Amino acid sequence: MPRSVKKGPYIDEKLLLKIDGMNSRNEKKVIRTWARSSTISPDFVGHTIAVHNGNKFVPVYITENMVGHKLGEFSPTRLFRGHGGKLADKRSKVR
Amino acid sequence: MARIAGVDLPRNKRIEIALTYIFGVGDSRAREIIEAAGVDPDTRTQDLSEEDVSRLRGEIEQRFKVEGALRTEVSMNIKRLMDIGSYRGVRHRRGLPVRGQRTHTNARTHKGKKRAITGKKKPPRK
Repeated sequence: MPRSVKKGPYIDEKLLLKIDGMNSRNEKKVIRTWARSSTISPDFVGHTIAVHNGNKFVPVYITENMVGHKLGEFSPTRLFRGHGGKLADKRSKVR
Repeated sequence: MARIAGVDLPRNKRIEIALTYIFGVGDSRAREIIEAAGVDPDTRTQDLSEEDVSRLRGEIEQRFKVEGALRTEVSMNIKRLMDIGSYRGVRHRRGLPVRGQRTHTNARTHKGKKRAITGKKKPPRK
């Protein structure tokens, strides 16, 4: 069931505050955040946000098309290296 | 011969059903269109008068996006998801189910026909 329209979209308050600050000062810095469930608001466009995926922060450059999606959609939490075989073994050893 | 939105409608079916042969028109929309056009839903396609057909056609063209236009819209939506690199886009690219279904088994509709895995032994039966 979708979120009630009355409440408006969920946007992490601290994150929005930081972005607003950066917008008014006209600066661009990468912000680290754990707020994967936060909706991307139009104010975010043009910034790079490092979204935590449970292991590390994945830098996400926000474009206009992403508005309305959640930050977590762009920071995958699972890493699939394939099943079995020599190829898969090699790939898993790389990291 | 009733031709609406570039689709030939089946002649021997009730118009209510025949309209659903158009991509983008299902049961509910077919009923809606027929009501708006003031046609009897039980008439067969072949028994429709020219006016009826043109009224149905007008109704569809005005209110709904169907066939080619709709297909383009759908594929554009999918393309957008893939371009922005979202999770759903990645699932489309990989040909895996998009809405969180299990993939351990099943998921054959999106994954397509089974591919044999080389060197996989069948478990011994006992």
